[in-house]
Order: sequence, then C-alpha cells, then structure tokens
Amino acid sequence: MKLEAKNVNFFYGDFHALKDINMQIDSNSVTAFIGPSGCGKSTFLRLFNRMNDLIDGTHLDGECIVGDQNIYDKSVSVDELRTTVGMVFQKPNPFPKSIFENVAYGLRVNGVNDKKIIIETVEKSLKQAALWEEVKDKLKKSAFELSGGQQQRLCIARALAISPSVLLMDEPASALDPISTSKIEELIFQLKHDYTVVIVTHNMQQAARVSDKTGFFMLGELIEFNDTKKIFLNPDKEQTQNYITGRFG
Amino acid sequence: MFKKKRNRFVETLVEWALRLSGGTTTLVILLISIFLFTEGWGLFKSSTVEKGYVLCVNRSNKIKNLTPKQIKEIFDGNITSWKQVGGNDIPIEPLRMDDIASQYTEEEIGANFEHLPQKLSEAIASRPGALAFFSEQFININFQGRVLPAETITLKEYFGGKEWFPTATPAAQFGVLPLILGTLWVSIAAILIALPFGMAVAIYLAEIANSRIRKILKPLIELLAGIPSVVYGFFGLIVIVPLIRSIFHLPVGETALAGAIVLAIMALPTIITVAEDAMRTTPLAMKESSLALGATHWQTIYRVVIPYASSGILAAIVLGIGRAIGETMAVLMVTGNAAVMPHSLTEPVRTIPATIAAELGESAMGSVQYQALFMLGAILFVLTLGISIWAEIIRKEPKVQ
Repeated sequence: MKLEAKNVNFFYGDFHALKDINMQIDSNSVTAFIGPSGCGKSTFLRLFNRMNDLIDGTHLDGECIVGDQNIYDKSVSVDELRTTVGMVFQKPNPFPKSIFENVAYGLRVNGVNDKKIIIETVEKSLKQAALWEEVKDKLKKSAFELSGGQQQRLCIARALAISPSVLLMDEPASALDPISTSKIEELIFQLKHDYTVVIVTHNMQQAARVSDKTGFFMLGELIEFNDTKKIFLNPDKEQTQNYITGRFG
Repeated sequence: MFKKKRNRFVETLVEWALRLSGGTTTLVILLISIFLFTEGWGLFKSSTVEKGYVLCVNRSNKIKNLTPKQIKEIFDGNITSWKQVGGNDIPIEPLRMDDIASQYTEEEIGANFEHLPQKLSEAIASRPGALAFFSEQFININFQGRVLPAETITLKEYFGGKEWFPTATPAAQFGVLPLILGTLWVSIAAILIALPFGMAVAIYLAEIANSRIRKILKPLIELLAGIPSVVYGFFGLIVIVPLIRSIFHLPVGETALAGAIVLAIMALPTIITVAEDAMRTTPLAMKESSLALGATHWQTIYRVVIPYASSGILAAIVLGIGRAIGETMAVLMVTGNAAVMPHSLTEPVRTIPATIAAELGESAMGSVQYQALFMLGAILFVLTLGISIWAEIIRKEPKVQ
C-alpha cells in the first residue's frame, strides 16, 4: 500500500513542527527517515497511524493518504486504520502478558476468537519475526523474561500478527546491541516483500543498509528525499551532505 | 596536605540528632506494641469472677470447677441441672446474696450483718443444689459450703467465645468472636461497596479525565482523607442511618450496612489515590502500542493498564481494608454496637475498635475488662500489621501476568 503526504503542516500548540511536507512512498519498499533530534521525522511517521491524535493541542493541515484514502477524513475509523498501518516503537515494550498473549493481543482486540486461527497466526508471526525458534518452548512464559532484542522482535511479531499493509518503525533498533540490531535489519529486509516499511533511524549506516529511499529532515522541513544510494553518495543539497558526513548533527 | 580545615562539630551534632530521633521513634513504636501485649496478656491469668466475690456450692457437690460460660448459663437459667455440667442429677439453685438476705428479717441478720455469714453458711448447707455468689468477706471459719476455685479464661474461650459481656455478674463473658466477625463484616462490606466506585474514579482520573479536571479533582479527593472521622460518623448518623431505616423498614437504622457505607466513603480516597497512582505508572509506550494494534481506548484500559497496575490496585484494596478495620469513631456512631454474632448486614454489630473506645473509659484500671480490652487492641494491632505487610508484599510483586 502506498503512502502519500500532501502539503502537510503540523503544529504542537503554537510550535510549527512540520513545514509543508510532500512525499510519496511506494508500496513494498523500505523508506528511511534520517535527521537530527527534534527535526520532526518521528512526528511525521506517527501521522500515518494517527498516533499524534493522542497528544493534546496538536493540529494538522494538509492530507495524509494511505492507499487512496485521506486518513484524516472524518469518515475514517482510527482503530481500523491502525490495523492496516502497524507500528513498532523505539523501546521494546511488551505487555505484561505471556509471549503468546502478546502476539495474540492484536487479534483478540480486533474480535478474533477462533483458537485455531489465533494459534496459527501467532506461530506464523513469530516465524516472520525470526523469533519462533527461540521462544517456541516457552510461549506461556512472561514476555519480560526475554532479552531486549528478543522483546523487540516480539513487538514486531505482535505488529505483524494483525497483518497490516504498512509497518512504521520508530528507531526500532536504537535500544539494542549490535547483534540484535543486525537481526532486526535482516528482518526489515525480509519484510519488504509483503509490507511497506517506513523506518526512522539515527543510525545512518542502518539507513544505508536497509532502505530503498531515504528522506532527510531538518527543523521540520523535508530537505531531500531520494534513492538511498543517491542520498548517501551524491546528495543534491549541501545540508544533506554536511549531515551525512557528520559535519553537524 | 589533607589537613582538617573546617569545623565539623555542627555536622556531627545534626547527624547524631537525626540518629537519635530515628532510634527514639522505633523504640516508642516497639514499646507501644509491647505495652499492648503485656497489659492484654494478664487477661489469661485472671479470674472472670469479680474481685472480692466467690462462688460456693454445697459440700456434697462433686463439681470441681465451672467455666465462665457455664456460670453465666446457670444464672441465666439456661442450665438447670448439675448433670449438665458434669455433676449429680439434682437441680441447680442459683443464689445471689440478695436472694438469701431477703429470706431473713433484719433482726436475724443483725444491724451490721454480723449474722449474715452464719445464715449464708446455713443456706448453702441446707440446699444440695445450691450455687451461691456473694462477697468473700462473709465467709467465716465455720463456713459449711465449698468455695469453687477461681477459673481463668482460656485462649480458646477468648477467641472462640460467642458472647461479649464484660460487666456480667457473677462471671463476665469475654468471647471476641462477635467483635472480630463484626469488624470483618463491616470492613469487607465497606470494601465491596467502595471498590466499584473507587476503581471507576481511579480509571477516570488516570485515563479519561483531561489534565485540568484531574488537577482539581485529585487534591479534592485527597482532601476527603483529611476530614475527621467523627464528621463522617455524624454524616452517617444524620443521613445514612435514617435512609437505611426507611429503605429496609427497620426498627433501627444503626446497622452493619450503615457502618459499611460510611467506611466505604472513608476508604475511597485511599483506594482512588493508590489505584490511580498505580495506573499512571503504565508506560505511555505500552498504551501507545496497544492503540497502535487497533485496540480501542477501553480495550487498552482493561487489557493493558489494569493488568499492568494490578499489583498496585490490589495494594489499594488491601490498604482500604486496613483503613476500614482500624476505623473507630465513625463506626462507633453508626453501627449500633450490639456485641452479638452478626447474621445480616441490616442488624447492629460491634467492631473491635468501637468496643475499645466505648468501654475503656468505664473499665477499672487493671480489671479483667481492662485487660480484655487491651487484648482486643493487640488483636487489632496484629490484624492491621498483617494487612500492611500483605499490601507491601503485593506492591512489590513483579508486574507479570
């Protein structure tokens, strides 16, 4: 499913957090957002599953389109949208439940009660998230018993279980060690076949490794959005060049 | 190098003062609990028959001793034959001093009761089934009856006894079961009433109310905890008691239910504050990820927030019970204070703290009643201590389902 932002302006109260952003994201691709802290990349990501609705005093101008639908249209059900646009957060945050129940959660809240379907989906999702082999014998155990990297893959499995079309990842590997990080990156690469993946990252090597396209944000503006190779080897804008080479940031 | 430059005298002084105050506080608390138990423990060494009085039987009577309960039953007329307490099959004739004295003229007894011991002795000797209760000063060397040994209260009688009658003569009854049950009934009913309301308010405050409303509401609720309990009791007496009387068509409105409602109101601030604090510790990221999976706000509350806060919520309940068990004044005012085994919520009951408050002022220092009340205090102490420890344990349990 493709994503599109048309003339997006976003405000936290009086603070103008996103300035006139236009972007098209192809389906079945991995898109990375990079930029210094506070540049608005996470805010922009969270627009696509309306996570910013939870913050008081925010305001959006412009359109965010998922598929063909402006998701800020009044007719859109936020709960339904979020089953199509899944999200993985920065810190692994499993629920205080068993490993199995964590993955089954999304199914249960969306009204799936068939035990067989739930069991099958949990297994499939854990396999997709490359966690099945490590947890198949302790599905009843608490999710808190897993390591940080395993917890994050569990959170990815949890997001995959409700078979979304789009997966938003907000710095999914920033709290993890290098081995866990490489597992997650491998996973993102695999996910591209079935999902549209958008990932926010501080790690530029990560962006370069996993993404097809990269957007560089600064001070609420989308400075440059292009093929990842182009951004990292030969960017059009000087600001991008400076950021990537570490001259500021 | 490294020479002492500053005078650290004041620092040392402050440090010692702090240490001393900590030690003193601990010591005082320890002393209070020791005091409670030592004062209360005397109960099991003293006789329930009033000091200076004796129980006597005919010499032919084989009975060795009578328990306080048996004595009461005999004088109440519920036990009529010695056979029922392990003696011969003859009817019991309970005799109080008045009964004997009234059978003789003033001349026979004498102006200064100088002949009374003789008459008492005769009265007992002439009645094989006699059980007489009178002042021990009237026993002289020629006494022909047999004085029953003073029986002390056993632990079993104290904790298993169903009658609390501390001023009864000849034998006071100290069965704390009705008081313990009364306390538990009122407290548990209070929690059952307070829990749904408390949880609802806590959920509203933690998850639904916007920050402006919460800033007003939360201090207000905390303020409720500071209102003196006598005010709650007054409110209960004026509003709730008449209400219960008219709703249930009762002769009196002072019932366990009235106490439970007043206690529920009093326990609400504790339950709300602790439960709300626990729910607010749920990480935002956890709630966000639930919402991000398509869960509604309500699904997130009952599937993520409440399980996450469950230990805190349990602690809130237990602390609420603790608050209810120890509450004295309000309960004393609205529960009717009948020390009987509770059968229904619409009957008067009496709780442990209310008993202490009501009776301590009237009991002679060092008397059996006084000791029994201290023992009640000790029971209450153990109950609330246990509950506090329980709450602490629950609170520290890992947040895992």
